[in-house]
Amino acid sequence: MSGIVIIGAGETGTRAAFALREAGFSGPVTLVGTEPHLPYERPPLSKPLGGAVQMKPICSAEALEAAGIDYLPGMSAMQIEAARRQLLLGDGRILSYDRLLLATGARPRRLVCAGAERALDFRTFLDAEAIFSHAQTDANVAIIGGGLIGMELAAVLRGKGTAVSIVEMAPKPLGRAVPARFAARLHERHMAEGVRFHLGQGLAEITTDAVILADGTSVPADIVISAIGVVPDIELAEKAGLAVHNGILTDAFLRTSDPHIFAAGDCAAVSQPGGGHMRFESWRNARSQAETAARNMAGNNEAFVAVPWFWSDQYDLGLQVAGLPQPGHHTVLRALEQGDLEFYLDDGRLVAAAGLGPGNSLAKEIKLAEMLIAAGTRPDPADLADPSASLKALLKSARAA
Amino acid sequence: MSWVSACKFEDIEQEGAIRFDHGGRTYAIYRGPDDSIHCTAGLCTHEAIHLADGLVMDFEVECPKHSGAFDYRTGEALRLPACENLKTYPAEVVDGEVRVALG
Repeated sequence: MSGIVIIGAGETGTRAAFALREAGFSGPVTLVGTEPHLPYERPPLSKPLGGAVQMKPICSAEALEAAGIDYLPGMSAMQIEAARRQLLLGDGRILSYDRLLLATGARPRRLVCAGAERALDFRTFLDAEAIFSHAQTDANVAIIGGGLIGMELAAVLRGKGTAVSIVEMAPKPLGRAVPARFAARLHERHMAEGVRFHLGQGLAEITTDAVILADGTSVPADIVISAIGVVPDIELAEKAGLAVHNGILTDAFLRTSDPHIFAAGDCAAVSQPGGGHMRFESWRNARSQAETAARNMAGNNEAFVAVPWFWSDQYDLGLQVAGLPQPGHHTVLRALEQGDLEFYLDDGRLVAAAGLGPGNSLAKEIKLAEMLIAAGTRPDPADLADPSASLKALLKSARAA
Repeated sequence: MSWVSACKFEDIEQEGAIRFDHGGRTYAIYRGPDDSIHCTAGLCTHEAIHLADGLVMDFEVECPKHSGAFDYRTGEALRLPACENLKTYPAEVVDGEVRVALG
């Protein structure tokens, strides 16, 4: 028996390897990762402790060994021979598989302008080390991109006293994934913390000490960080002839167009009940898709259903978003002492919620909202708006109904 | 073992938790759906996150960041990524006052 091979040893690939064992799969499991370290968590990379970038392993070498997972670090996957169910590795080895999981993740989108090669990416442990070892207190840092990663990095760097400028093409930061109320709050907070914004501006050039904007403005920058999003890593899949389109296309069971090959995490564009395919770039999605894919590779037949959820910490503020808020949704505000919550209804049904407050102070409300969303409830907007109406009570009555 | 007065019973909502800091350490005190009182170490064993910010449902508390879960009566880790159990401490209510033994 050839067993299961997993390409990519990030959160998805590593979680899937262990989840295979939890699902009772006893055949060989091989985990192939391009980075040289033990599999590690990416969220802590933007939160250096005392100046040192944290390397938080997802698991120990002993845990991998105890679970019988053959981990191949520093190894590239070169080519998939789907018809033969074989994988060619960078060292010339050929691995046969019964099932293959593509957990190749995503890579930073590259800037296109003169001097683009001077910009640093932020994705891996080595990227984080390069940034934080150079970003001294007296340095000027320019971050290209006012999305979640750019804004989180800005908050951390301001905390260290570094001068930070953010250059964003759109007229406002955080326009993509964050509801307008909270995007505006975070924008204000960054300005109060001294971050300089250059909005609605394209790049002309990156020089050795500045970023030149399209209108000719020169933004001083000893270090330039590119944070303009990621693109799914689909090269292997594409070469193997799998269906791809902004991600490796899968059905609801996370199977690709080849029934022996699955995909999960940042690289997977998963078929949605309402039609179309969707990719989610988040820590939790990486893990929950890994678990579903692992159970299905082990013989189950389980559709992936989960309410998307992510968090973002900026200064002392914590943002949490459950579901996918859309501009067309009916928005209901609940103003709490510690911060605001927003609920989003689609034709009366609760489909998303978001909150921003100090630390994790709104986390339990968002969790309850997520459970209300998953239960398909149609709460009375007046209850949602009323801080004294308990969400837990709403959930319990919905479950009893 | 030294008993420390932590808070009033009614400071904690039913099926809820509060954070309690004492002697440079942090704890979480829970009131169950049956009004029983329990005390555990305050930080999730997976990453240093205050569990009192997490959702309490029945006898389970869920980490507000990574959704690891614990039975707060026994400290048992119930759901990944939490895999190490939480330390628990004796807790009692005397005349409406919650006391915990942190020795």
